[in-house]
Parts: sequence; C-alpha cells; structure tokens
Amino acid sequence: MTVEAREARQPWILLTPAVSAVLLLLFVPLAFIAVYSFWLRTATGADQVGFYLDNWREALGDAFYRDILLNTLKIAAITTVFCALMGYPAAYFIARSRGNKAILLLLLMLPFWISYIIRTMSWINILGVSGAVNSALMALGVITEPIQMLYNEATVILGLIHFLLPFMVLNVYVSLEGIDETLEDAACSLGATRWQTFLEVTLPLSLPGLAAGGLLCFVLAAGTYITPLVLGGPTDAMFANLVFEAIITQLNWPLGSALSLMLLAVLGALVLLYNRYLGMAQLMKGLG
Amino acid sequence: MSAVTLTDIVKRFGSFTAVHRMSLEIPEGSFVTLLGPSGCGKTTTLRMVAGLLDPTEGDISIKGRRVNDLPIHKRNLGLVFQNYALFPHKTVADNIAFGLKYRGVPRDEAAKRVADALELVQLPHVAERYPKQLSGGQQQRIALARAIVIEPDVLLLDEPLSALDANLREDMRVELKRIQHRIGVTTLFVTHDQSEALAMSDRIVVMSAGRVEQTGPPEEVYNTPASEFVARFLGASNIIDARAGGGSGDGIALDADGFGRVVVPLARAPQLSASGPARLVIRAEKLSVRAAGTTAGDGAIGVPARIEAVDYQGQAARYFLRLGDLQLQAINMIDEHPFNEGDEVSVHLRPRDCTALPGAPA
Repeated sequence: MTVEAREARQPWILLTPAVSAVLLLLFVPLAFIAVYSFWLRTATGADQVGFYLDNWREALGDAFYRDILLNTLKIAAITTVFCALMGYPAAYFIARSRGNKAILLLLLMLPFWISYIIRTMSWINILGVSGAVNSALMALGVITEPIQMLYNEATVILGLIHFLLPFMVLNVYVSLEGIDETLEDAACSLGATRWQTFLEVTLPLSLPGLAAGGLLCFVLAAGTYITPLVLGGPTDAMFANLVFEAIITQLNWPLGSALSLMLLAVLGALVLLYNRYLGMAQLMKGLG
Repeated sequence: MSAVTLTDIVKRFGSFTAVHRMSLEIPEGSFVTLLGPSGCGKTTTLRMVAGLLDPTEGDISIKGRRVNDLPIHKRNLGLVFQNYALFPHKTVADNIAFGLKYRGVPRDEAAKRVADALELVQLPHVAERYPKQLSGGQQQRIALARAIVIEPDVLLLDEPLSALDANLREDMRVELKRIQHRIGVTTLFVTHDQSEALAMSDRIVVMSAGRVEQTGPPEEVYNTPASEFVARFLGASNIIDARAGGGSGDGIALDADGFGRVVVPLARAPQLSASGPARLVIRAEKLSVRAAGTTAGDGAIGVPARIEAVDYQGQAARYFLRLGDLQLQAINMIDEHPFNEGDEVSVHLRPRDCTALPGAPA
C-alpha cells in the first residue's frame, strides 16, 4: 500500500467507532421514529402499520399544538436572553481574573456533578410553601401566610436559567479568552474609554461565543420536559411534555413520533440558520 | 523642554522590584531606545509611560504635565505592539481612523488623514482590506499608521520588529526611522536587539535587572561601555583581567593578562583609578588576526595565539582563539581565505580601541 493510501485511510479507521455509534444509536432510531409517525394507533391500542397522514394532520393542524410550540419557543427565547445578560459579566470576570481561573471554572462545572433533576427539585425547598424563603419571611413577620411562588411560567424560566447558565458562561468565556488583551490596550491608547473599548472591540469580537451559547441555551431549553414537569403548573407544559405525554402516558407512539419530529424540524432549522451565518466551529470551541 | 520625564520611578510587583528608582529625560523629537535582555524592566517602563501600569513610586511627566493619575485614553500617545494589535473585525481604514473617531475629527477630514497616513507607510491600496489579508510587515506598518495618525505627543514602540523575519526586520528598521524622522515625533523604543538599538536611536538606555546601566548616544555606548554588562550585551566583547599601574602621559597603563602593558587613553577609562584591579575590554571586531610573525604596526600589540574554532559567516569570520590561559573572540573580515582551525596566528590589539573598567573587588 502506498503512503498516500495509508494516510488517506487513517482518519476513517479512527472515526469508525464514533461513526458507527452515531449511526446505530441516533440515525437508525430516528428512522424508526420517522416510520412510526406514519402508522396509526387504533382504538384497541394496537398500532396499525401503513402510511397514514392522520398524526401529521393532527400535529400540524391542531391549534393546541401550535400554541404550545410557540409558547415553548417564547420561553426558550426569554431563558436565552436572561442567560446572556447574566452569563456575559460572569464569563468576562472569569476570563479577566488573574491566577484563580482554574478554580472559578471548576466552580462553574460543579453543578454538572449533581443530577439535573435534583438541581431542579432543589427550588421546591427554596420557593415552596414550606421552603426557605417562605419560612424566613414568616419568621421575620413580613407575612403570616406562605406565598405561592412555585408552579408558574416564571419558575419554569428560573429553573431553565439555573440549568443553562453554565453553558452560556463557558461559551462566552472561551471566546473572551481568545481575544488578545493588547487589542484593548491599543483601543484605550487611541482615546477610547474602557466602556467604549468594550463596545467597539471586546463585545464584537466575543459575539460568536455569545451566539454559540445562545444557540445551545435555546435548543436545550426548547427541548426540555423535566423543568416544566417539576416547576411548572398544569398550564405550563412545553412541547417536549406533549411528546412525553403522548408516548409514556397515552402510549400513542405514532402521534408522539410525529410531534417529536416536528420539534426536531424547528430546532434543526434554527441550527442550520446558525451554521449558515456563524459556522459550527465556534460551537465546537465552546464545547471543547 | 523634555517631552517625557521620569523621576525616581519604582515599580514593584508584590515583593519583586521590576524597576529600581529610574530617572530619564527624553528630549522633544528624539528617538530614545530602552535596550536590555528580557526581564530587565524595559517593557514595564514603557507600559508605565503609556499608562497601562501605575508606578509604585515616582513621577511621570509628558510635556511638562504630570500624568501619573491621567488615564491612558487621555494621554495622547501612539502605541505600537510586537503583535501589531490591529482590530481584526475592522478594515485597515477603520483601524487607522479609530483614534480620530474618539478625538471628534470630522469624517471627511479623518478620511483624508487616513489616506495620508497610508501614503506615509507606503501602503495606499490596502484601506478596504482586513488585517488578516495583510502580511506581518504590512500589518506592522498599519499599526504604525494607526499610532501616528492621531499626532501623538509621544510614540511608544514595544518591540515592534521582533515578530518579523530577519530581512523584513532590517527593511522596517530603515522605514521606521525614516517615518520618525519625517514627522519628528518623540519616540520611546523598546528592544532587546542591540543592532536595532544602534541603528535607530539618538540615545540608548541600556537596562539590566531593573536598573539603568548606561545612557548615551549609540557610538558612546558601543565604544565606551560603562560596565561589563554593557560590554557583553552590545556586541561580542573580550574582557581581560588586568591591573592598573598608574598614569602614563595621556593614558592609564594596564598590565593585562596575555598582552602585557597596554596604555588605555584616559577618555576610555573614566571610572578607573590610577592603580588596582581592572578589566580590559576589547570588541571582537577590533581584535585582528594576522598570519603568524606579522609585525604589529600602528601602535598595536601583537601576541601569538592559536585558532581553536572558526565560525564562517560569509564576508567575515568569527575566530575562537587560545592565548595561554585566555580564550578570546575575534570577528574579522575575510581576506581571500579565512584561517583554519589549528592555525598558529598573531593577534593584534590597538590600545586606543580598548576600554578599561574597574575590576571586580577581589
């Protein structure tokens, strides 16, 4: 075998395990779901094999699903905006701190070591009727009856921010780290104040990281079902809850498949849009 | 009036003192170089003038005004960095216009001044390009244009040529000096490269370990080093143990190892007392290697030596010589053929090329 042929083969040998895993565990099941979405669940509970458009007609035509999809996107958007506003200063602080960066980054990662569900449920102990905030306010005599703070849209957003903020901070941090600090010195020497330097130099150069963090937050927020399940009220279901409902509760796999493909299509379109304008490289940087 | 005055500047980082009580005057319009190895405090000094660092003690004045408490964006300085520091998301024209924008220069006047600056650095056609599309040398010209277009009181250059290739570096050296001369801006230049310092400066400030070793015009610093450090740092020097043995007419007589009695002119031994331990300093270029037995003329002292190694450099050669216990270096132009390793030769030293320093107290 020639050297060229050997060199050309090498990447494929190294990629084989990962590619097979993605193929077998992601694309094949996805194909199953696509096929399922055209089956039909009969009144007896058995699945009717065939090519039926009923599920798609229901998923796309029913205003109920459309409204919840729009609401899901709204919640994801609000969460993303809050994550950006809260995450950017934190990321800036870590990127510009001297010496103790490793500790700060470790602290940022710490929440990942605790189960996401436990972290979400911790809010019940804080905001619940007999939670920390109510107990403290009652002990101080500010209120006599506990306030109902949980189980609304605001707490869902709160839980999502709690979950997603580290992703935003990490992405912005990585892009800030990549900015040469002498650029800021240069801008100041040319007469720009610290704030003007930030607006003209630092912020524009960190936008790719902000966009990558935003995409991650948005996609993860839009696809979540645990946070609304734990922290939301009966009317705060997000789209993934409908999929959960259809598949786990009603055992209507064909409808659940159609719904989940619908969400996948919307979020996929968003990712494609992002890739078209900003490229995936930045996202990879943030994850690495 | 001095353009920049440093008075008793001290800079400490925790327990480490980077600059020890330094004073310096930079005359209006002059080109002053801070020269020294890395860690000598030269960049720290420049950053204090720029306002990027605050001095622990001492005063910094620019054009007679104390600027210690003046933030960097109000100091009106042009700063050029080793890594160019051009804004990657702005075009060349926007990079150069950056400082003008914050000085409230009207748009059309700014455009004209940007064009003039590009003309000055001989890159009139790159205005709409992005820094990434330019070579290193071109980027450094743009960085220079950006710094001078604001008509700064002082131009601060922090190793601006170090990132360039050797050939380009020499071209840029000439170019930089030409531009500085043309606009007459007071310039503080930081480098570790002695040839840059010698070629470009009106005055050189040689620094070592946070202290000024010597200040003077390039010729003076090169020819009469004030310390062993300066002698070793600027070019290759031979430093030979000697003993001063009293005055002798217009010079001081030294008894130097290997060469015997050498009478060094008084002007070249300003720090030397009439007797006691001393050091004889002779530049490698001034030590000439001749065929064995050649008579020494022109007041030179000739002694036999053997060539231990030859470093061939094209038009010149560097010889490593053995002279009894002494090991010496000589850099000579090559006349037809260089000498070979092992050749027995005659080494000639002219006393008027030597400098004498006090010897380390034994």
